[in-house]
Amino acid sequence: MSDEREEIEDFSPFAFRKSLSLPRQRRGVVRFCTLPNILMGESMKVFMAGNEAVARGAYEAGCRVACAYPGTPSSEILENIVKYKDKIYCEWSVNEKVSLEVASGSVFAGARSLVAMKHVGLNVAADPLFSMGYIGATGGFVIVTADDPGMHSSQNEQDNRNYARAAKIALLEPSDSEEVRLLTKIGFDISEEFDTPVLLRLTTRISHSYGIVNTEERKEHPPKGYNKDIKKRLILPAHARVRHKIVEERLKKLKEYSNKFSLNRIEWGKKDMGIITSGISYQYVKEVFPWASILKLTLTWPLPDKIIKNFANNVKELFVVEENDPFLETEIKAMGIKVIGKERVPITGELDTYKLRKAFEIPTEELLDIPDIPSRPPVLCAGCSHRGVFYAISKLKLIATGDIGCYTLGALPPLNAMDTCVCMGASIGNAFGLELALGDKINNKTVAVIGDSTFFHSGITGLIDIIYNKGTSTIIILDNATTAMTGHQDHPGTGITLMGEPTKKIDLQNVVRGCGVEHVYVIDPYNLKETIEVIKREVERREVSVIIARRPCALRIKPDKPFRVIPDKCTGCKLCLRLGCPAISIKDDKAVIDKFLCTGCSICAEVCIKDAIV
Amino acid sequence: MTKIVICGVGGQGIILASDVLSLVAMDEGYDVKKSEVHGMSQRGGSVISNCIFGKKVYSPLIGQGEGDILLAFEKLEALRRLPYLKKKGLLIVNDYEWPPSTVASGKAVYPIDIIQTLKDKTENLVHVNCVKIALKLGNIRCTNIVLSGVIAKYLPFKQETWLSVIDRRVPKKTVEINQAAFCEGFSNVACL
Ligand code: SF4
Ligand code: SF4
Repeated sequence: MSDEREEIEDFSPFAFRKSLSLPRQRRGVVRFCTLPNILMGESMKVFMAGNEAVARGAYEAGCRVACAYPGTPSSEILENIVKYKDKIYCEWSVNEKVSLEVASGSVFAGARSLVAMKHVGLNVAADPLFSMGYIGATGGFVIVTADDPGMHSSQNEQDNRNYARAAKIALLEPSDSEEVRLLTKIGFDISEEFDTPVLLRLTTRISHSYGIVNTEERKEHPPKGYNKDIKKRLILPAHARVRHKIVEERLKKLKEYSNKFSLNRIEWGKKDMGIITSGISYQYVKEVFPWASILKLTLTWPLPDKIIKNFANNVKELFVVEENDPFLETEIKAMGIKVIGKERVPITGELDTYKLRKAFEIPTEELLDIPDIPSRPPVLCAGCSHRGVFYAISKLKLIATGDIGCYTLGALPPLNAMDTCVCMGASIGNAFGLELALGDKINNKTVAVIGDSTFFHSGITGLIDIIYNKGTSTIIILDNATTAMTGHQDHPGTGITLMGEPTKKIDLQNVVRGCGVEHVYVIDPYNLKETIEVIKREVERREVSVIIARRPCALRIKPDKPFRVIPDKCTGCKLCLRLGCPAISIKDDKAVIDKFLCTGCSICAEVCIKDAIV
Repeated sequence: MTKIVICGVGGQGIILASDVLSLVAMDEGYDVKKSEVHGMSQRGGSVISNCIFGKKVYSPLIGQGEGDILLAFEKLEALRRLPYLKKKGLLIVNDYEWPPSTVASGKAVYPIDIIQTLKDKTENLVHVNCVKIALKLGNIRCTNIVLSGVIAKYLPFKQETWLSVIDRRVPKKTVEINQAAFCEGFSNVACL
């Protein structure tokens, strides 16, 4: 470590330039390889993201079935597993709950199975998760949760390690891509040996960081076959009471195992400072405190009490470094051990080496200061099919209960066209609740806005509720034929499965009509006039109506001829700026359109009353 | 250990550029980690990617004040991420202006003379208009690889390694133009 420190301090771009002319010797034998080589099962070093390493681990472990609903930062797990589709059946499930249920079915039959979801997805899947905690795992069952400390792309910072404790199942926390691969495999083994689902907990920084991984070959684990066992799998109260006792016994055995688990390891350094850590925090600790004694925990539920006590007894001062909740800390304190954790390490936000140094009052570099500068929030893409609908909502001054997807960006200025966003599928129930609370005061003013993929995920149930209970709100389904935000995954409305096979395309109109909605209209959001007219008409209707605004996502179409501004006609009124299209800006008091960004969607031309955009 | 922060606007090809850089470092025998964020921030927002190489790399994330090099794809983003650069670090900036939505809508103004501000604040600054070079080559999309060429000048990796990684990593049809872009970037930098 010490010579590396020197390397950092010595860094000079000039020094590097000098070395450029000298031929360098190759160090080591690290190879870059492309997918075909990996697929041959050869063992080699590959540069992989954590999510890709889950896929690799699952493949090597003989996994048979993998299910997920996409959600950042977990989406790439299944996108990588599909590369092994000859060996692993994989699917985009309609939501996380269904994904966990499908995989559970395969587990009943003794097939190694995996589900992956973002942290809030596990809330959706919590019901079957807790039941599976009792039922156990005949075939290995790995449940991957990708948490998002720092909320890079999420609505909260929940720490899903708490789920492992609550559901009484084993928990593994990898610290880099290679450990992800390894622990995915070990997870299947633990699962089968202890008859428990295993929660593999990643965080954004594990999922989306790349490191060097050593691949191994796949080992087949043919499904054990199905044996009827209702005392185990049909958890009636009478059966579940027996199961609960078994689960508590299982936890005891797991704790013994945790105490022997080689990846729960002590790295002795100086004994005046001992740090207990897990997951990504281990990397920050290694960099900031290279000299300290470190207890790196990897199997973190149930915790290895003996190792922890031994470590605590041998160091002068004991600390816990973990992101978000004091999960380890609370348990360690409950063992009667004195330890410092959240008194120093922040409970909110993502950790890094700089923040860790600050927390421990270690001197850091003086930072270069910057003046106040304009922010750069994400925006709806140029040509986004959602823009027309939001422009209409903003023009009609409606209250819009929103949902989760790219279209949540419609809440930002200049569109300001969304009032609420709670969770997947919430928009419809929220709109109905507003209507119940405010009655006539709010009629003709509310719309629920929901994307196509989100509607399939959990909007349908809200729709059935509002119809059954005699609501009158208007629901707009933004149908861009993809799950855009998370990277354009297919869904039940696209007619293609994750395996790339054509399938029955579930027709939104039929679904909505089948739920009992009489007023269903399909509009083209590129046609602003029609969009505004239909929305205005339907919010006034004292019955539930559904408007389907249909246009493919702008990132998935071939752009049309770009529009341009005729400078002589443009008066600089800035009306077109209200669309918030990133292709339009003002230069010298005239609007200009960036021809590389413009997709030719035409809505700015519809907005311009001077006909200056053609 | 060398820590490189790459920043710019979502859609500028930052992920590809940091992929190429990491693979080159790996091919040259280093331990490498790379980290980036997907999702919300990719829709025209401010984007940051970290690439670290050395004998042994722990944290995949670069904290403030730790970057040896800051490679900025856009001027305003260079300014925004400046706190990630060490005082004596190297700043490479694409002399290119992409007004954020807050500026386009007239809510804020794009700071004037950013290059001068950057010059005043940092000790080692390299600025090149890589968009111009890319346009001259015939495709604005290869701006990112022009920038790879520029940073290559300051890194201890062989030119062949860069070219072979580009060959493997970019779409087949664009290998030639991207390799040309790299060479243009590499030879166009006026050395400090
Ligand atoms: S990715 Fe598609 S849906 Fe998302 S903002 Fe861009 S155009 Fe709109
Ligand atoms: S036509 Fe107008 S609104 Fe549509 S992408 Fe082009 S500039 Fe933007």
